[in-house]
Amino acid sequence: MANKLYPDAATALDGLLFDGMTIMSGGFGLCGIPENLIAALRDSGVKGITAISNNAGVDGFGLGLLLETRQIAKMISSYVGENKEFERQYLAGELQLEFNPQGTLAERIRAGGAGIPGFYTKTGVGTLVAEGKEHKEFGGETYILETGLVADVSIVKAWKADPHGNLIFRKTARNFNPMMATAGKVTVAEVEELVPAGSLDPDQIHTPGIFVQRLFVGRDYEKRIEQRTVRQRETA
Amino acid sequence: MWTRDSQAARAARELQDGFYVNLGIGMPTLVANFIPEGVDVTLQSENGMLGMGPFPFAGEEDADLINAGKQTITELDRTSYFSSADSFAMIRGGHVDLSILGAMEVADNGDIANWMIPGKMVKGMGGAMDLVAGVKKIIVLMEHNAKDSSAKFKRACTLPLTGKGVVDMVISDLAVLARPAKGAPFRLIELAPGVDLDTLRMRTEGHFEA
Repeated sequence: MANKLYPDAATALDGLLFDGMTIMSGGFGLCGIPENLIAALRDSGVKGITAISNNAGVDGFGLGLLLETRQIAKMISSYVGENKEFERQYLAGELQLEFNPQGTLAERIRAGGAGIPGFYTKTGVGTLVAEGKEHKEFGGETYILETGLVADVSIVKAWKADPHGNLIFRKTARNFNPMMATAGKVTVAEVEELVPAGSLDPDQIHTPGIFVQRLFVGRDYEKRIEQRTVRQRETA
Repeated sequence: MWTRDSQAARAARELQDGFYVNLGIGMPTLVANFIPEGVDVTLQSENGMLGMGPFPFAGEEDADLINAGKQTITELDRTSYFSSADSFAMIRGGHVDLSILGAMEVADNGDIANWMIPGKMVKGMGGAMDLVAGVKKIIVLMEHNAKDSSAKFKRACTLPLTGKGVVDMVISDLAVLARPAKGAPFRLIELAPGVDLDTLRMRTEGHFEA
C-alpha cells in the first residue's frame, strides 16, 4: 500500500505548492476548517493563490491568515462578511472576488470532482450571477450553465481517518469537505484522530480513501466559535 | 402594528405539520420560538443539518455544531448531518417546503433583493439565491418601510436581485400580503392591529389587491 501518512502539515504539503495555484479549502465559517494546513500554507510563503472556499475566515484566523500576508490573489466564495482585512483589500482592488451562490459553489465542486464539466441550475436566473452564462429551457423553465471546479490541491479537515485515507467527519464540520476532497488533483487531509485500518465501519465512511492522497494528524486545534449562543437553564 | 416577535408569530402560523423549513438569519430565526402547539416541523440548516435543535446550555457548546448563522446549536433525536452538496440538493431539488427570509426589497411581481447594495461592501449571497430558486414556498419577513421611510414592497426592485418572481408572501410590521400562485398579483390578507387600509396604501409603493 502506498504510504499516505505524513508527520505534519508542512511535510504533507511538500512538493505540492507553487505560486498562482488554485487551492480548495474546506469548512463553513470557522467550522471544519483545516487549521494546520492553512497555517502551513502561510509559513510556506506560496503566493498568488486562487482560494475556493465558502467563506474567507475572520481577521487573524482561518483563511484570514493568508489574506493578512497577501498570499491570496482571488477568492471564489459565497459569503465573506466576517473579515475586515478582506474588505480593505477588495475595496483597494488588491483582491479579486467571484461570488457564487452557496449551492452552486457546492455543486460546481461536486461536479468537478465527479468529472462533470458543467450543469444547468435555476439558481441565480434573472440576477447578476446569470450574466454572460448560457441560458437553456427545460420543461418550460429557464436554467443557466455553471461549470465544474477542480483545484491543484484540496485541503480538508476530518474527524477520524484510517491509514488508507478513509474519512469520517463530525456533525456540521462536514460541510464542503467531502466534495473538495474529490475535486483536488491532490487532496491533503488533516484529522483529529488516526485509527488502525479495519476499525472504521465501512458502512459509515463519508469520504472513501481513493480521494485522499496525503494525511496527517493535526495538532493544537483551536476550533474557534464565531457566534457563541446559549440558552438559560430554567430554574426549578 | 406588529412587533418583530408578533411578525415572527404570524409567520409561524404558516407552518404546517410535517413541514421541512429553512429559516434565514435575523428576524426569521425568531419564528422557531413560536411554532404552534401540535405542529411538528423539521428545521433545515443549509450548512448541512436537518432537525436543528435549540441553543445549547452554557458550557455545552460544540464548535462542530453550528447553524447557517454560525451560531452554536444542538441536535435532536431526528437530526441528520450531510454535505453542502446534499444540503443544496434538498433546497434546489424542491424538497424543502418553506423558507422564511429577510429582504431589503420585494417587488409586486415577486422579485426579491436581499444580498447586495452597490457601492457598499458586498458580503455575498450565501445560500439565499438557491433557497428562493428551489424551495416550494417563500415568505419574506421585513419592516414595511426602510429607515428613510421608503416603501420596501415596491413596483420594481432597485437593488440587484436575489431571485425573480419567487416571493409568495410578505409579512411586515403593518400587514400580510400574499398571492395564491407565482405570477398572480399580491392581495391583502391581514392588517396588523391599529393599521387601516389608507395607512397601508400610503406606506406601500407596490401594487396589491385589497
